Amino acid sequence: MNREFYGKLIFELSRPGRSGFCITDNHLPAVEDALPATVLRQQPLELPEVDEPTVVRHYTNMSNNNFGVDTGFYPLGSCTMKYNPKINEEVASHRSFQNLHPDTPAEAVQGALKMYYDLQRALSEIGGMAEFTLNPYAGAHGELTGLMVIRAYHASRGDDGRVKVIVPDSAHGTNPASAAVAGLQIVEVKSRPDGTVDVDDLRPLLDDTVAAVMMTNPNTLGIFEKNIPEIARLVHEAGALLYYDGANLNPMLGVARPGDMGFDVMHINLHKTFSTPHGGGGPGAGPVGVRKGLEQFLPSPKVVKNEDGSFSLVTGEESLGKISSHLGNFGVEMRALAYILSLGKENLSKVGPLATLSANYIKESLKDKYLLPIEGVCKHEFVFDGLIDKSTGVTTLNIAKRLLDYGYHAPTIYFPLLFHESLMIEPTETESVDTLDAFIEVMRKIADEAVTDPEMVKTAPHNTPVARPDDTEAALHPIVKYERI
Amino acid sequence: MKTYYSPTHEYIKVDGNIGYIGISDYAQHALGNVVYVDMPEVGDDIEAGEDFGAIESVKAASDLIAPVSGAVVEINEHLIDNPRLVNEDAMANWIIKVELTDPAQLDDLMDEEAYKQLCEKEKH
Amino acid sequence: MTHRYLPHTPADIDRMLARCGVSRLEDLYSDVPEELLFKGEYDLPSEMSERRVRDFFNELGSANRQLVCFAGNGFYDHDTPAAVSSIISRSEFLTAYTPYQPEISQGTLQYIFEYQTMMCRLTGLDVSNASMYDGTTATAEAMMMAVAHARKRNRVLVSATMRQGVTDVVATYARYHGVTIDIIPEKEGITDREALATMLAEGNVAGVIVAQRNRYGIIEDYTGYAELCKGAKALLIMNCIASDLAVLKTPAEWGADVAVGDAQSLGMPLSFGGPYLGFICCTNALIRKLPGRIVGQTKDSEGRRVFVLTLQAREQHIRREKATSNICSNQGLMALFVTVYLSLTGAEGLRRINAQGTNGAHYLARQLTSTGKVVLTYPDRPFLNEFCITTTAPAAEIIRVAMQQGILAGVALDEHRMTVAVTELQSKEDMDRLTEIVKAL
Repeated sequence: MNREFYGKLIFELSRPGRSGFCITDNHLPAVEDALPATVLRQQPLELPEVDEPTVVRHYTNMSNNNFGVDTGFYPLGSCTMKYNPKINEEVASHRSFQNLHPDTPAEAVQGALKMYYDLQRALSEIGGMAEFTLNPYAGAHGELTGLMVIRAYHASRGDDGRVKVIVPDSAHGTNPASAAVAGLQIVEVKSRPDGTVDVDDLRPLLDDTVAAVMMTNPNTLGIFEKNIPEIARLVHEAGALLYYDGANLNPMLGVARPGDMGFDVMHINLHKTFSTPHGGGGPGAGPVGVRKGLEQFLPSPKVVKNEDGSFSLVTGEESLGKISSHLGNFGVEMRALAYILSLGKENLSKVGPLATLSANYIKESLKDKYLLPIEGVCKHEFVFDGLIDKSTGVTTLNIAKRLLDYGYHAPTIYFPLLFHESLMIEPTETESVDTLDAFIEVMRKIADEAVTDPEMVKTAPHNTPVARPDDTEAALHPIVKYERI
Repeated sequence: MKTYYSPTHEYIKVDGNIGYIGISDYAQHALGNVVYVDMPEVGDDIEAGEDFGAIESVKAASDLIAPVSGAVVEINEHLIDNPRLVNEDAMANWIIKVELTDPAQLDDLMDEEAYKQLCEKEKH
Repeated sequence: MTHRYLPHTPADIDRMLARCGVSRLEDLYSDVPEELLFKGEYDLPSEMSERRVRDFFNELGSANRQLVCFAGNGFYDHDTPAAVSSIISRSEFLTAYTPYQPEISQGTLQYIFEYQTMMCRLTGLDVSNASMYDGTTATAEAMMMAVAHARKRNRVLVSATMRQGVTDVVATYARYHGVTIDIIPEKEGITDREALATMLAEGNVAGVIVAQRNRYGIIEDYTGYAELCKGAKALLIMNCIASDLAVLKTPAEWGADVAVGDAQSLGMPLSFGGPYLGFICCTNALIRKLPGRIVGQTKDSEGRRVFVLTLQAREQHIRREKATSNICSNQGLMALFVTVYLSLTGAEGLRRINAQGTNGAHYLARQLTSTGKVVLTYPDRPFLNEFCITTTAPAAEIIRVAMQQGILAGVALDEHRMTVAVTELQSKEDMDRLTEIVKAL
């Protein structure tokens, strides 16, 4: 691609008088004096003036500088970059849903309410929970909502002294951040070398000031917390609730349900486990499920099924309130339901085992070259602590960048923080063994290159649309918008 | 001037009841290229053991923990435009100048020798 | 035959199991306690073909009524150019994640940079983040920004003229975050400035949140508000409808510190409530308090202009509980939507969309009031494409009757008040039809 010409910003393609826009005139008299001068814009608005072909070419060329799941293998740990089925996109763009105003009275949107209800029930079944709300917009938003549910529960019992959340140090950064937004104090519990929670470390922390314990199971190292029944018992004995971070739910599909493990509240990232596209960072969806006895605290509004089979929206008296403008990212929810229906109960049950098989297959195929800090079976993902041979000076960052040269997205790097050179790989169940074999071959090749030509690996990438950016300069002197020079 | 260190890698150089607080050379090295120093305002009170600001590199950030209590009498304004001075010479480029309210707190801090030992230990 | 999304044949599975040193898939879960294993079958439908999935959603869709939309209340029925739908469905954009690897994510990073530029120009402010979930949560984030900025003050004032949906969400966040929300009373449809001055004088105020346009569709005059807030060291936060900013005095021109709102009005399908896009922009002084992702310009090792995620030390993955927010998303695809939309419309197109809606709303307001069945609730207040009427019949009754004739007449605010909005999509005939319906009541 000719970056000289196509590498411009849309503002640099602007020419006065051009337009890419049309409008149907409603032929009504023009109102000139609707607003007094005091409330009118003073500085003229400058937006690009571009014709439609130029706009389309500009963004099409930009898309060529991007890498998505449809481009190639995307083993980004903890992000579950599975295939995003095309039928999902088709049904979500259905006009009879796209045109619905969110304030339309329930009698005119029965199909939409049934969609919400059906997905809510399906997720409850899969999570082993009593009820879900689909209103939260993303995983972190779900965490926040779930913690609010927990606070509402304690408050309803007059148990106001519970101000702490216990979070393992291997947790995703959103866990402590969500707890802080929910007004809770964070207590970190140190994990054992395999990232699992040590029951003996947890026990002394559990008292009547603890509102909840947040866990990810399997944890961020891909290890199942086998002590979960014991942990659940201790947490409940202390009067606290157990929260399930659903970021790693994928390997549990068809195998075990968070509700059966003793979790009280959970969220699910629909853009991970339920195949909705990540969209460059969003929109996602973060439904929250609760066990029986906590349903009344879920956010408003709720969709309920009436005796005559119709659906209504309700605001409960004990509800924690509203956390989003309406019923969440409805278009994302439609995609998730389409995925569940496409797979059906038979194939949903295969998702977890196949995702786990793929991860173990890669791990076993590379552990003679890459340092595997935790032996044994992993679940959907695992972590290498860089190369075994550290003498070359080739780091995890170098390996990640070199993978880009070979047409792969990099794994998650430098997370979790338990190791210095974390390289976290999650293949998902939608990749064929041929794709995994090709990836394994490249990973082995890079390990060899680290020995034969370490400089080349350290200066990677070499074949990407742009080379390594200067992050320091970007943070020292932030330029966050285009300004004509 | 005598220099004291805290276990969270801040130093304080003391001249009478005036102290200059910054981060140690070991800390700047661990942090990498500093891109921003979040400083309190002149007149703010700082409390020993509590954070009084933060220091950021591209991919890390660390709270600045007050080694002693006191009142901020000056901030190092050079760091606003050029935070990398901390990398160039962490000991010369202090972050805030404070008036100590309780000089006895200095006794809880480490001297040069003890701090060196701490850094050695953390490296392993 | 394998399932179309699951490429593992029995032979593949056997080969992979052998590499893992086990003989059955179940062996990969030997660490899961027996009593936790899910032994039954999900109580869910069996696998469906694409055709069946399509039928399923067609059937659901047929249970929704297609209505001519005069409802607003923050969300407006605008046209979506075909080129926008086409670009945002490109899978290089759609199926990528957060641009952690800038060398292969310049597409996402560049459109976010363009988006940030456009939002800064719309609001007049210095900095925009890479987007938020929606307008309600963006306003809640701004509330938390104000409290973080003020350090010790934790009271935030919200105007009674804010749309209820926004106030509700802000109040929920505030309740859990330990922030006190006090409502500034309204007077004749606008924020009571005298009351605000008194409340500021009481002290402890970190921020003041006002709406432009407000819940009645009224464009308020915020002259002097910035000075009042500055005097109390409180941030002035203005909640806006993005498309209005083509014609209205910008939040920066009013002297606001933070502008927030929903960008749905920039051509996004209504989609029964989402996905939409929240925006948040602020002055340079507040850049390190801004939540969420921010994209910055820099150079690559060969000296070319490139874009990266920047100022990440504010964010949850580095700062954990001390982050400015827990947000991890940027609403990437919707930010791309806005960027392409605004590239097509330009400033002039956006002004014409506003003009058509305004012409339509003023026409419809005249027609409706001429029936004698409704009056403008605040006849002397200026409005663009949305207005509030006081009705003789219950508002819910008007909406019910109009719906029987294929029209969503508006959104009821209470028993006898409703807002009505017009965009470029409703015709004069639609408006005349609604007028006839109201007349016949």
